[in-house]
Amino acid sequence: MISFDYISAADVESALRAASTPSSKFIAGGTTLIDLMKLDVERPTTVVDVTTLARRDASLAAVSELPGGGLRLGALAHMSDVAWDPRVRDRYPLVSQSLLLAASGQLRNMATMGGNILQRTRCSYFRDTATPCNKRDPGSGCSAIGGFNRTHAILGTSEHCIATHPSDLAVALAALDTTVQVRGTAPRSIPFADFHLLPGAHPEVETTLRPGELITSIDLPAVSFAKRSLYLKVRDRASYAFALAAAAVAVDLQGGAIRGARVALGGVGTKPWRSHEAEAVLVGKRATEATFRAAANAALAGARPHKDNAFKVELAKRTLVRALTEVSA
Amino acid sequence: MSDGRAPSVGAPLNRVDGRLKVTGGARYAAEYPLPNVAYAVIVTSTIAKGHVKQMDTSAAERAPGVLAVLTPQNAQRLPGYGGNTSGTAVPNAYGPPAMRVPTLLQNDEVHYNGQPIGVVVADTFEHATAAAQMVKATYTEDKPVLDIHSAPKNPPETVKPLGGERTSKHGDVASGLAAATVKVDQTYTTPLENHNPMEMHSTIAAWDGDSLTLYESTQGITSVRNTVAKSLGLTPDKVKVVAYFTGGGFGSKGGPWSHETLAAMAAKRVNRPVKLVLSRQQMFGPVGGRPHTIQHVTLGARPDGALTAVRHESTSNTSTLENWVESAAAQTRMLYASPNIETQYDLIKLNVGSPTFMRGPGESSGTFALESAMDELAYALKMDPVALRLKNYAETDPESGKPWSSKSLRECYATGAAAFGWDKRNAVPRSMRDGRLLVGWGMATATYPARRQAAGTTARLLPDGTIDVRAGTQEIGCGTYTVMSQIAADALGVPVSRVRFELGNTDMPENPASTGSVTAASTGSAVNEAALALKAKIEQLAPGGLASNSAADIVAKNGGQPVEVTVTSKPGAEQQQYSMHSFGAVFTEVHVDPDLAIIRVPRVVTAHGVGKVLNAKTARSQLQGGVVWGIGMALLEETHVDMRSGRYLNADLAEYHVPVNADVGTIDVHFVEENDPHVNPIGVKGAGEIGITGVAASIANAVYHATGKRVRDLPIRLERVMA
Repeated sequence: MISFDYISAADVESALRAASTPSSKFIAGGTTLIDLMKLDVERPTTVVDVTTLARRDASLAAVSELPGGGLRLGALAHMSDVAWDPRVRDRYPLVSQSLLLAASGQLRNMATMGGNILQRTRCSYFRDTATPCNKRDPGSGCSAIGGFNRTHAILGTSEHCIATHPSDLAVALAALDTTVQVRGTAPRSIPFADFHLLPGAHPEVETTLRPGELITSIDLPAVSFAKRSLYLKVRDRASYAFALAAAAVAVDLQGGAIRGARVALGGVGTKPWRSHEAEAVLVGKRATEATFRAAANAALAGARPHKDNAFKVELAKRTLVRALTEVSA
Repeated sequence: MSDGRAPSVGAPLNRVDGRLKVTGGARYAAEYPLPNVAYAVIVTSTIAKGHVKQMDTSAAERAPGVLAVLTPQNAQRLPGYGGNTSGTAVPNAYGPPAMRVPTLLQNDEVHYNGQPIGVVVADTFEHATAAAQMVKATYTEDKPVLDIHSAPKNPPETVKPLGGERTSKHGDVASGLAAATVKVDQTYTTPLENHNPMEMHSTIAAWDGDSLTLYESTQGITSVRNTVAKSLGLTPDKVKVVAYFTGGGFGSKGGPWSHETLAAMAAKRVNRPVKLVLSRQQMFGPVGGRPHTIQHVTLGARPDGALTAVRHESTSNTSTLENWVESAAAQTRMLYASPNIETQYDLIKLNVGSPTFMRGPGESSGTFALESAMDELAYALKMDPVALRLKNYAETDPESGKPWSSKSLRECYATGAAAFGWDKRNAVPRSMRDGRLLVGWGMATATYPARRQAAGTTARLLPDGTIDVRAGTQEIGCGTYTVMSQIAADALGVPVSRVRFELGNTDMPENPASTGSVTAASTGSAVNEAALALKAKIEQLAPGGLASNSAADIVAKNGGQPVEVTVTSKPGAEQQQYSMHSFGAVFTEVHVDPDLAIIRVPRVVTAHGVGKVLNAKTARSQLQGGVVWGIGMALLEETHVDMRSGRYLNADLAEYHVPVNADVGTIDVHFVEENDPHVNPIGVKGAGEIGITGVAASIANAVYHATGKRVRDLPIRLERVMA
């Protein structure tokens, strides 16, 4: 960890001003940033604390109603608060479940919505400054390709990066056509599908957030069938572990037929992995295991496994089949 | 109990140090508030094999607060480094008890990735940490040897397991196999693991002239004192080591590594006390771990299950610094009666940190292989696994022919099986279910040697009636303060509250390291002997002793001085007459999701004969903790190393998985009562190590029963069951 300046922002405008230098970072819960600063992976010279913004505008840390039946998750709302919010639990079970299956109780009490969707990969090569990593040090090479890559992505990879996006919440959000509200020089809305980027030739650029922009909320649209939703996470140990495979699903079932479906996968993608391919297979079909298996095959059709993570292809399929089976039961 | 008092030994007493621990009053090594302390941070190598060409320390030296940067170029030359001054590491130069070859900046060699190659000292921890990241080393890099499956074996003469021979041969396995109708011939592997105690290895080094005090997180104050003194060219009396509480060690703190001496060197350089705490990442490599093992087990049996042949060949990795052998075949030499038993060890040098003792060293890896093979044999014979073990029950030690000092394994099988409900098991794989989940029931035998070493104790009666008992042992979380107080109280016939037991300081009588389940037997025997001697002395001074005289009167009769005795208690001829081991049985239920291969362990039932149980509560905790470790070993734990660079890849507690509460179901611990008149004066065998042994095999056997899938490579990850 290098020496850095700490600024506590009084309001959004001063936060944006303070964060206008290239080597500055916003900090909220700090559960990712401090961790990576200790490892010397993140080296901000200025850290702008935005948790203080909620004193002036409580909605930044709250769950509030949106016109039309959606919910706005304040960027500074803690994972635990959102997870246990009765409206979230009632209308978006998959969001609540994705939060409760993530991290640990202590981390969930600190980490925020905005920070969660910006968390960095757990790729061990990214986290180790002694090894090449295109995401951390552009052009240095990818150590995971040809290295130990059991936990790495099989979807959305490139020849430059195969790091898995670690967030559970983001997978649930990807399934819901969420919108990310940000403040920069001007406020703007970013559809969730456009928020995270595939690594391509530039794995160091992970989102479409511009330098100095601040997330203010994540807006969940009204999805009539989101009540019938599920986040299923498969991991090595029963708690406090990242997903090997996860599925966020919602289905609109009418008399055994699927009228609408949302499918996103976690633990397997370089970004939160919405699968329109799986949804296309599901819609209009009977909710049977054969249908679910066909959807899973469609979702993983583009999978590109590496040496140690080939098992994830079948595991992700089975996870998705199980999630669809349970949510349709 | 001459005064009719109920014995405290055996009772489930709360820890006498419990309040201190939960209130933060227990002081650990890094917490000693020394004035003017400086902070040291170790710089580690980023290659696995080669030489440090140059270390650019200019930025670090200019960084705020930096007091010194120690490198191989500028570090003081140590007169005692391997007994030579050439700077070349000499394998096993120190010999027991330390056995370690540390890396102390005496040369430019790099033996593994993450090896200490420098030390930055600064006025604050933050300054030292920041500056350490500014040190840039360049290397002459050689290709490291990292794959145990392709690397060459050591010459046999370099393979010397602790306390045994490289090979053992009892009868003739070839002819035994020829006589067998059923055979099992399989290879089992266990991965690199790291101990990960909660408390990081830490040292505060403080010089006073040419005398050194080390506040140390250790399981062995004496071995730290002796080794650090030898490295620095001091006599042991010039080094004092203090460790009143140690936050877990599990073998990694059994002896000294590099950081203790490096802290002393840094303190000398800056002429201030220096605190050095390893980072969690630095706990992977520089302070030991469990080595890989590749174990080839061959069993032959007649149709009735009688073993005609047992062969166990274990190959484990060591480092390029040392030849350290994981004694994974140890239990095979003594666990089952067979006319033909052969074992053999081999070593492979890899560019990784030196391996060392890790909970149940040898037997935890070894019972995974042997007890998995026994389960495979039971299936091949269509025989119940418990019945197979009873058929081959060793009434005497098969290797030495000696009688056991005590053995209640038969009772352990019976007790465990009854408590578990083993008789309701349908042996057919995949035959038992709980809803969608596959249910598996497995079992295995547990065993660990009952060792004892020489130990000293001083016991004193103070005028206020306090019995002050001192022994230079360690409290590593096992309950040593508590059980030693209980032993002394019973021997003297006083309540435990009157005993003040002190430990953890090399000014006290010498005791063995708290390793290998020796503490209760060794220190406990010494405490017992000292307390009995003190009682006799008191009786001599004041007939009727403490029951009839006040402490003040007794002390007055002693010329006003506390009544004091010091003893050294040693094992004797019984060591040659008897074979001494603890035994147990582990029964496990697993639930396996048939599609997702998620394995859960809802219950484990154990039954152990560990001699006299000193404290039912702390002993139960020991054995439960051993099971938790076994769950980790079976399902989760593995240190990943990059096969190109030798970097440790999961060097933190988020990625190195140990069981969390949700991974642990009920653990039902049973003790089979044993009265062992031979093992030592207090009849104790120790309960620290045996708890993990047999657990991994019991779980693997249950997974086979649940799924029909035999997993011979730990950990049993879901892809190994899915496949």
